[in-house]
Amino acid sequence: MSKIKVSIIGASGYTGGELLRLLLFHPNVEVNQITSESYTGKFVHKVHPNLRKSTMMKFVSVNEIEPCDLLFLCLPHNSSQNHIDNFKKLAPKIIDLSADFRLKDLDEYEKWYGHKHARPDLLGEFVYGIPELHREEMKKANYISSAGCNATASILGLYPLYKNNLVELDRTVIEVKVGSSEGGNKANEGSHHPERANVVRSYQPTQHRHTAEMLQEMSFGKKITIHFSATAIDMVRGLLATCHVFLKDNLQEKDIWKVYREAYGDEPFIRIVKESDGIYRFPEPKLLIGTNYCDIGFKKDEFSNRLVVISAIDNLMKGAAGQALQAFNLMYGFAERTGLEFPGLHPI
Amino acid sequence: MKTECPVCSAQIELAKDAVQGELIECSDCGTELEVVTVNPPKVQEAPQEEEDWGE
Repeated sequence: MSKIKVSIIGASGYTGGELLRLLLFHPNVEVNQITSESYTGKFVHKVHPNLRKSTMMKFVSVNEIEPCDLLFLCLPHNSSQNHIDNFKKLAPKIIDLSADFRLKDLDEYEKWYGHKHARPDLLGEFVYGIPELHREEMKKANYISSAGCNATASILGLYPLYKNNLVELDRTVIEVKVGSSEGGNKANEGSHHPERANVVRSYQPTQHRHTAEMLQEMSFGKKITIHFSATAIDMVRGLLATCHVFLKDNLQEKDIWKVYREAYGDEPFIRIVKESDGIYRFPEPKLLIGTNYCDIGFKKDEFSNRLVVISAIDNLMKGAAGQALQAFNLMYGFAERTGLEFPGLHPI
Repeated sequence: MKTECPVCSAQIELAKDAVQGELIECSDCGTELEVVTVNPPKVQEAPQEEEDWGE
């Protein structure tokens, strides 16, 4: 079988680099071109030093991009929607890793992103990119919009509870702790090492845009409220979501085990991590670095109906490039784990 | 010989040569379990010392 010819638009960022790392070792993929306007003509390893000797590819300008089977778009927010017609002419299939086509409701988009969408007519064409939720749609899709990292960890953690209507709909509180790579590769005053090191920085206590994705995917036709906060900590990769929900009924932990087993028992990239003893009793982001896993654990408060769900991912993998490759595998009928087998490192 | 973990309800397969009093571990929740009886297969949570996490 001939290989699928893909190109990456915007490959000099962290997400683009991570995606290239995966694609270079995918047995069914040929990476045709990678673009960067800032590094046109430069070797990949100039920007992604981990890829030295893995490839001698050079970045090209987006103006030089040739037709291919699939384009991965790793552009900053608000770029894909303004150039989507050009990209559609170049490839019959697109996976967009930006936020531009994640939301289906135009009003919600304008509410959360604060500006008009350039191509609202296309919002319905993109499948929302969490494979565990939209696997069958992805198998037939031409356009996929990869999910946000905070949204991915939060949604995967809580989806079985909302789907089974087990939690109060207006009392969910989610706090995520995130690493610095979530902020991208552009330096700013806040990323200057003396300022960034050792921080516990409440960078988005309210109104985080990824909340809109959570509402979209977990509403099931009802009005729900999700109170979401994000805190940047001293970590490069990784994300831990601590989700507080309130159970409608007095379910016990055995019941919750059953709910998660039914939802995720056959999922290749979701693991329930809830041990009664040991060091890693609950999900730990550092063990997931470079992997496509989402680890989920939970603990019921014995003195109330609160259930704490803990969900961890690598934000650049299951929260971005890994999840996009998982979607790619589904689109083309490849085994879902192809190119995503890395089990992580320990100790790390 | 199948039974159920009393903590997380995972299916537990007892080895053919399992004996009463043997300690096994649940593959899902990691709980240490004691084989109470082999026929019928029955396990219970093994007593454990509380961990000190320095809190």
